Amino acid sequence: MWKWLHPYAKPERAYQLCHTLLPWFATVAVVSLIIGTVWGLVFAPADYQQGDSFRIIYIHVPSAILSMGAYVAMAIAAAVGMIWQWRTAYMTMIAIAPVGAVMTFIALFTGAAWGKPMWGAWWVWDARLTSELILLFLYLGVMALYAAFDDKLQAGKAAGVMAVVGVVNVPIIHYSVEWWNTLHQGATISKFGKPSIAPEMLWPLLINLLGFAAFVGAISLMRLRNEIVQRELHRPWVADLVANSNARAEKE
Amino acid sequence: MSPYAALLKREMTLAFRQKSELIQPLVFFVLVITLFPLGVGPSPDILQRIGPGVIWVAAILSSLLGMERLFRDDFQHGWLEQLALSDASMTGLLMLKVLSHWLVSFVPLVIISPLLALLLNLTEPMYWALMATLALGTPLVSLVGAIAVGLTVGLNRGGVLLALLLIPLFIPLLIFATSAIESAAMQLPYGPQIAIIAALLLTTLALSPFAINYAVKVSLH
Repeated sequence: MWKWLHPYAKPERAYQLCHTLLPWFATVAVVSLIIGTVWGLVFAPADYQQGDSFRIIYIHVPSAILSMGAYVAMAIAAAVGMIWQWRTAYMTMIAIAPVGAVMTFIALFTGAAWGKPMWGAWWVWDARLTSELILLFLYLGVMALYAAFDDKLQAGKAAGVMAVVGVVNVPIIHYSVEWWNTLHQGATISKFGKPSIAPEMLWPLLINLLGFAAFVGAISLMRLRNEIVQRELHRPWVADLVANSNARAEKE
Repeated sequence: MSPYAALLKREMTLAFRQKSELIQPLVFFVLVITLFPLGVGPSPDILQRIGPGVIWVAAILSSLLGMERLFRDDFQHGWLEQLALSDASMTGLLMLKVLSHWLVSFVPLVIISPLLALLLNLTEPMYWALMATLALGTPLVSLVGAIAVGLTVGLNRGGVLLALLLIPLFIPLLIFATSAIESAAMQLPYGPQIAIIAALLLTTLALSPFAINYAVKVSLH
């Protein structure tokens, strides 16, 4: 059943897949981020209570969702690496890690910037904020552990264990606003229930969410491509690739 | 003698022959706690408020000092490789090493905590809650710590990295432990927090043997 997946364990095939997918992800990211951000920041109606401050939602919510989504993707890549012994899976894991860490930072920063006028404080030790901060530390831990090893295959395996162990934090972040009755508000867009947001405010948010997802995907693909080439430098196919691109550059 | 009993006996003998390694983290634990009354002032009310958190933070920090001892020497001497080659289950042997680490590093800490509770002006219910959280929480620290030590044992400069990996994982434990002691301070039932810590411990106990085994194998590679 998973047979179609296995050829991508080969770095060359994974590189080609990145090459094919990257333009699609990049296009979707650029188009939806422009539409969603301009719509959200300029044309969406202001909130009746929060005024224009609420517009941070168009950056904050997508980046927070993607910070968790990227972590799950990273942990799945690590698990795939452990189960099927794929080197490319560990490369994917470490390609996603810094992107997810930046998403977590953006979510924390935009939250702090919104919290200052609304809650009167940059930072509150609320359950969701704290668990999101732990998520940032988990990303940093995975990256630090990976960087500490010279043998990158061993580094991938070790960092993979940390990534999988840390995945317990993701449901804690998600349910923190329900389990602990703290300052951070509950979910605004829930998948099953009726969303507690007006449709003209919701659409730009959904478009930006798509844009952020495609953006994370695109950056991860670029990083994965670089990682594969760096690790496979001595392989003939990389030499061919370099020769081809040099030849093309000379022709132009 | 079964290999498990032999290993436990060896671990205990080794631990009690290197007494300084046993005692130094304990002294560090007491010293960190001594710093707080000097740093924030000796007012009994303040000490009672911050006491539970101070004791738990000091316990986590001092555990990090001795944590590397779990696998470091055995890894460098090649003893872990011998364990991996033996007929006995590697997971069982590693869990036994974690158990002996808990016995020699944390049981003394649980034993001297009444003294520290006295220094920080904790009330009697708070003291029982502290003992309960330490008794259930410190095995969790040993088990999670063993995963990270297993991963970093092959590195020469693992010390700070170990702290960076472990402290975020201990935050939930710290939150529930101090919350239990604060409930006890207000004469409220603290059963729910204890139950959550026990649930964390049982889940970790069920899943960590695989992770510890895998982590050590990655390092032995």
